[in-house]
Amino acid sequence: MSYQGKKNIPKITSDRLLIKGGRVVNDDQSFYADIYMEDGLIKQIGDNLIVPGGVKTIEANGKMVIPGGIDIHTHFQMPYRGTTTVDDFFLGSKAALAGGTTMIVDHVIPDPGSSLVEAFDRWRDWADEKACCDYTLHVDITHWSDSVKQEVETLIKEKGVNSFQVYMAYKDLYQMTNSELYEIFTFLGERGAIVQVHAENGEIIAEEQARMLEMGITGPEGHVLSRPEELEAEAVFRAVTIASQTNCPLYVTKVMSKSAADIISQARKKGNVVFGEPITASLGTDGTHYWSKNWAKAASFVTSPPLSPDPTTPDYLNTLLSSGDLNVTGSAHCTFSVAQKAIGKDDFTQIPEGVNGVEERMSLIWDKAVVTGKMDENMFVAVTSTNAAKILNLYPRKGRIAVGSDSDLVIWDTDGVRTITAKTHNSAAEYNIFEGMELRGAPLVVICQGKIVLEEGNLHATSGSGRFIPCSPYPDFAYKRVKARKQVTKILRAVPRGMYDGPVSDFLPMSRGGGSSARTSPTKQTPIRNLHHSGFSLAGSPTQRGVVCPRVSIHVVVLPPELIFLV
Amino acid sequence: MSGYQGKKNIPRITSDRLLIKGGKIVNDDQSFHADIYMEDGVIKQIGENLIVPGGVKIIEAHGRMVMPGGIDVHTRFQMPDRGMTAADDFYQGTRAALAGGTTMIIDHVVPEPGSSLVAAFNQWREWADSKSCCDYSLHVDITEWHQGIQEEMDALVKDHGVNSFLVYLAYKDVFQLNDSQMYEVFGVIRDMGAIAQVHAENGDIIAEEQRRILELGITGPEGHVLSRPEEVEAEAVNRSITVANQTNCPLYVTKVMSKSAADVIAQARKKGTVVYGEPISASLGTDGTHYWSKNWAKAAAYVTSPPLSPDPTTPDYLSSLLSCGDLQVTGSGHCTFNTSQRAVGKDNFTLIPEGTNGTEERLSVIWDKCVVSGKMDENQFVAVTSTNAAKVFNLYPRKGRIAVGSDADLLLWDPDITKIITAKSHNSAAEYNIFEGIEVRGAPLVVISQGKIVLEEGNLHTTEGSGRYISRKPFPDYVYKRIKARSRLAELQGVPRGLYDGPVCEVTVTPKVMTPITSNKTSPAKQAPQPVRNLHQSGFSLSGAQVDDNVPRRTSQRIVAPPGGRANITSLG
Repeated sequence: MSYQGKKNIPKITSDRLLIKGGRVVNDDQSFYADIYMEDGLIKQIGDNLIVPGGVKTIEANGKMVIPGGIDIHTHFQMPYRGTTTVDDFFLGSKAALAGGTTMIVDHVIPDPGSSLVEAFDRWRDWADEKACCDYTLHVDITHWSDSVKQEVETLIKEKGVNSFQVYMAYKDLYQMTNSELYEIFTFLGERGAIVQVHAENGEIIAEEQARMLEMGITGPEGHVLSRPEELEAEAVFRAVTIASQTNCPLYVTKVMSKSAADIISQARKKGNVVFGEPITASLGTDGTHYWSKNWAKAASFVTSPPLSPDPTTPDYLNTLLSSGDLNVTGSAHCTFSVAQKAIGKDDFTQIPEGVNGVEERMSLIWDKAVVTGKMDENMFVAVTSTNAAKILNLYPRKGRIAVGSDSDLVIWDTDGVRTITAKTHNSAAEYNIFEGMELRGAPLVVICQGKIVLEEGNLHATSGSGRFIPCSPYPDFAYKRVKARKQVTKILRAVPRGMYDGPVSDFLPMSRGGGSSARTSPTKQTPIRNLHHSGFSLAGSPTQRGVVCPRVSIHVVVLPPELIFLV
Repeated sequence: MSGYQGKKNIPRITSDRLLIKGGKIVNDDQSFHADIYMEDGVIKQIGENLIVPGGVKIIEAHGRMVMPGGIDVHTRFQMPDRGMTAADDFYQGTRAALAGGTTMIIDHVVPEPGSSLVAAFNQWREWADSKSCCDYSLHVDITEWHQGIQEEMDALVKDHGVNSFLVYLAYKDVFQLNDSQMYEVFGVIRDMGAIAQVHAENGDIIAEEQRRILELGITGPEGHVLSRPEEVEAEAVNRSITVANQTNCPLYVTKVMSKSAADVIAQARKKGTVVYGEPISASLGTDGTHYWSKNWAKAAAYVTSPPLSPDPTTPDYLSSLLSCGDLQVTGSGHCTFNTSQRAVGKDNFTLIPEGTNGTEERLSVIWDKCVVSGKMDENQFVAVTSTNAAKVFNLYPRKGRIAVGSDADLLLWDPDITKIITAKSHNSAAEYNIFEGIEVRGAPLVVISQGKIVLEEGNLHTTEGSGRYISRKPFPDYVYKRIKARSRLAELQGVPRGLYDGPVCEVTVTPKVMTPITSNKTSPAKQAPQPVRNLHQSGFSLSGAQVDDNVPRRTSQRIVAPPGGRANITSLG
């Protein structure tokens, strides 16, 4: 009880917390109020709250209190050719908390050919044992078959997964064909999940890689030279086309270049439901470092899509993030030691990919976007936390300071300045791609699950305290529009015509065009008519033709104005 | 003979000497009044008060416009399709072309996958040589990709005068090439100095959509356009532009049918890509609403790929882009089938043979839509109907210009004629005309091909087999000047670094499969052994001196050099 009103809070954490005198910042507004939390939930917000005794009080002194950050893209403890990334779920989530992020969303990457559910369970085991903050999981679809479909169904219905990533790069490994993308998008669109894409044209990359190696370019600069940003933009364009065709919401992970971002904003202007995720690295640094004479340093920047060598990229992406053309931010934190990166010391295609950024994300965006006046503090909350919560269908439990929400909060110090360096960062990696950068804005106090985990520069993270947060399908943020389009759009119907009974030419049974093309598809067994038998019979009765199309179609079907009969 | 001199009515007998008096010569750059004297199929003199030999046939132009004859860059006459043949053969097709003011056509050779390109080319030449009434040339379509094809392409460029090849991004499992193949083909085409043409539609998505539409019970021609939405066209255009940029290869998009595809081309040109777009008579003159016609035969007559857009504002939009130079060349995509041939797909739209008419109507449609409406002037009209095509395909100034030394392929244009297009009076063998009932202003009054009058007073005097094959050289300046400059410009160099001698993590043997070694197995483009180092053996040695290190291969990437100071890092603790 003696804590009440005291400014210095002892180390002992308590389940009851009061933040006094803070300025509550949500994505829609800011206001002054006190916040009372109990059992990890926000119980009251307002002035002069009536709270039980024995409550630890934090004096905010007018500082901003924001919802804890959600890092929507991490790769902690990722297995890679027999090794594992240096930051496991403990180190990774600890670094996250140190930077003001109170929830992370990690990617499950099943080996092609193996079970998705097993991989998911394995990731859960790892994370449950070690994560210090709440987490949830995306599952990457690395191959496509009937059994994968069933597993995806299980993951959505029973395991609390609502987002799946597919790869358009990594030829002969993870890469999906256009037909597979179409099927996956259709499948997920019908089940209310979010499709994420790693957007790069893997076919062309493979060609370019071979060319670079032939020219004798083997260092990290070859990585970016073989993956020019046009290839990223091309793949984004293709993914947008397929998503629009299948009426499925699309989420583009790791927006690294201006051209890719432009495609997303154009598509949004045309009404496509598409979200873009720039990451800490693309918002904070650029690809000129690939030419560093220090191999280890150059290699530490290797990630895919690569950082753009155009140094104006970070500024441009920050602008689009501020204007709402890009919506969410992640870190894609996936760190390897120098020794691990050195697997590719003589061949850049062998360098393990990934950069750090989970700890730096919030400060970096504050420094690049808020301090510069591109966005205000509310938009900052939107892009670091709220929008992610909405897409994952976790809103308002996460991403908002409101009664009933989880008490994942950060007291933000807009004046705090720190210099990023690998010497002091929480990651286990030897290099930090933001090395030497001075950033304004830092968390002063971080509260996770109602417990203080950071104060006065001290981290009190508890390994294994993080909970798995299941996500349900059909997030309103993405699916309201998609559902409306399904209902509203013109129903496709055939034109009722009399039977054509004129002469028919003889022709050879060589099918051309679409009839034959569905062969490899695991999804559907089609009743394609065999017209090559013995003459032509109208398959099915023509009266059924006006059949209503219950499925997707944003096509606007323009009906013919008038019909001119000839001859 | 001298009796003809000064006579206004020219008798039927054609002569090798012709004089056009009092015409207004219209080239793509300027118009001026002058007389033109032609002999032996070539323009010999241009000017006033020409001194010409006696016995010359004279045409009085009375101030009317005299233009270079049209070049239709995209026809498919006599095209075989599943044992059938397109209704218009080279005779009927070129006759229709001449009737509309087109004096040269470029047809597409479509080799069956698995067969020889050169053999197919020779087959087409045989057909055309025996029947064509006007000069012609041939594009060759690449319908599959392997080592032999590359050699045949080489032969076609070197020995047969072909400088353009078309690849298909649609027709899955038949003609379609994947992205890697496209990359390789483009690389080969660039090295040969040819033009890469694409049929741009995403065949994978179309195949999925076709099945879906059939499942819905939609089997009529409207299913054709429903399964090929214009986004799918725009996507493929965008992809082919990306690959063309990557390989520094000039790109030519055939059949631009939709606003979105045209927009992608226009944007790419603004960014500096060497890309050309070819709208066709159909996309400039009509739209895809007819697919919903209750008359099956009529609806089927519009089936072509990419389909006509159901958006009725499309023709107007494409005309505008053509006028402002964002699209450059026009063809007809003329490929006609009889109703009974179309009826092969009467119960399944995916089986309907594809193609529309347009070679006869092309010039009049463009004049009516673009010049009459004030979007372009007569010079730009000449550019998009003739000159640009001649430049892109390296026929200029022999074709596409009225100048001394150019071929005597000319037409006397009457901007005041109005006519109503109808299948009753057209020269094609097809029963339907997709422009049926459309009234167009502007038509050729006299057409001269190879120095002979082939159209006058509404009468066609064509001679079967008189058309010559015009061979085309590679590296057209119009296209390749920029490409050459770009390939000189950028050279890629590795960063010279000391050897990394720190610790290296052990990896399990399963290599990351994404390495390029596996990915170009099927590539005919490079047989060079891959100098990929095996890192898993016994330590590291830099394999061999990289002899080819600084060989300037083409690359249009602009390399942003790192700003000096940033490359040095503070070494970390």
